[in-house]
Amino acid sequence: MSTDPVSRLTEVTKVYGSGEQAVPALRGVSLRVAAGELVAVMGPSGSGKSTLLNLAGGLERATSGTVELAGVPLAGLSARSLASLRRTHAGYVFQDLNLIPSLTAIENVMLPRELDGVRTRQARAEAGTVLGEVGLADAGDRFPEELSGGQRQRVAIARALVGGRSLLLADEPTGALDTPTGDAVLQLLRERCEAGAAVLLVTHESRYAAWADRVVYLRDGQVTDTAEPLVSSR
Amino acid sequence: MSIRHGLLALLSQGARYGYQLRAEFEASTGATWPLNIGQVYTTLSRMERDGLVAPGEQDEQGRVVYAITERGRSELERWFSTPIAQSDRPRDELVIKLAMAVTAPGVDVRGVVQAQRSATMRALQTLTRAKRGADLPQRLVYDSMIFQAEAEQRWLDHCEAVLGASPQESQ
Repeated sequence: MSTDPVSRLTEVTKVYGSGEQAVPALRGVSLRVAAGELVAVMGPSGSGKSTLLNLAGGLERATSGTVELAGVPLAGLSARSLASLRRTHAGYVFQDLNLIPSLTAIENVMLPRELDGVRTRQARAEAGTVLGEVGLADAGDRFPEELSGGQRQRVAIARALVGGRSLLLADEPTGALDTPTGDAVLQLLRERCEAGAAVLLVTHESRYAAWADRVVYLRDGQVTDTAEPLVSSR
Repeated sequence: MSIRHGLLALLSQGARYGYQLRAEFEASTGATWPLNIGQVYTTLSRMERDGLVAPGEQDEQGRVVYAITERGRSELERWFSTPIAQSDRPRDELVIKLAMAVTAPGVDVRGVVQAQRSATMRALQTLTRAKRGADLPQRLVYDSMIFQAEAEQRWLDHCEAVLGASPQESQ
């Protein structure tokens, strides 16, 4: 398995606003997530967790420091190249899943690939494969409202991974779920890791963070401590 | 809880040898509560004294099979129907340690909190890994330990926030 990090942040800072209104969100954070690795970020609200995720996925740019995605430094990229790199390498799962209610499960999963310019037939085939990988092979033709909360979360994860995206960024993906369903989501993320994805998970719940290989604590925009198991799970 | 109630619960499913009781007890508690065979036989002989179990004849290998009595069944029923009191649980060393750390001069309380949180997270990671692939009774045992560790983490986060807001912290 490759040990090159899929995502690497080095001494990253992020400041919102400027002058007297400047609000530092991250102050010198370094982090790497390799293929096959699940890293959880914990911290109180306002600690910079979601900012960290947005920087890693190239949705926001760092004020200083370097952010790399799949080995490519993001700072020098044009908006267009950044968008392209992001689309092919990073997928998002949010707490409010943002599934489109008028599209079926498979159409939701196909959508990012069609936006990539992939033909419908191939997009449908890819979406079918990844739905199968998350255990929803038979649910492709159902609409989001016909699925359970846990199934909808699976669709969102499938959509984030379709087309061989290697980095999955998950922001409180268990937010509204009961604990057995939340555990099932983490089980699924863990399986996707073992199949080679890199997962960066933001959560405020330690029960879910415990599925990670590494747990990073953020406080006031800085890493305060890191917990790793004494023996690697791999 | 006492070992005796665990043994009664196993015996309510049918008579068993001591070594079987030990293996099944450990299996159903996810091996989180190891027993030695001596504990099992000591407990069984006290239960026999109290009329909760009855030994059968020795077999040719000198082994004795134990069966639950009527009295044992009603004791088991009473146990299942009685909630556990909070005060029956042992005092928590961590709570005492943190209270003392806040009181004693020159202690880096935030350091104590962070070290504990990392250690508890490692324990949570170990439990979560063990839970994967566990069967149902084991899974529920691990879940219980996970919820307890999670409660401890929440309390540590809470302590950190309260300490951060407290003027004593900057002294």
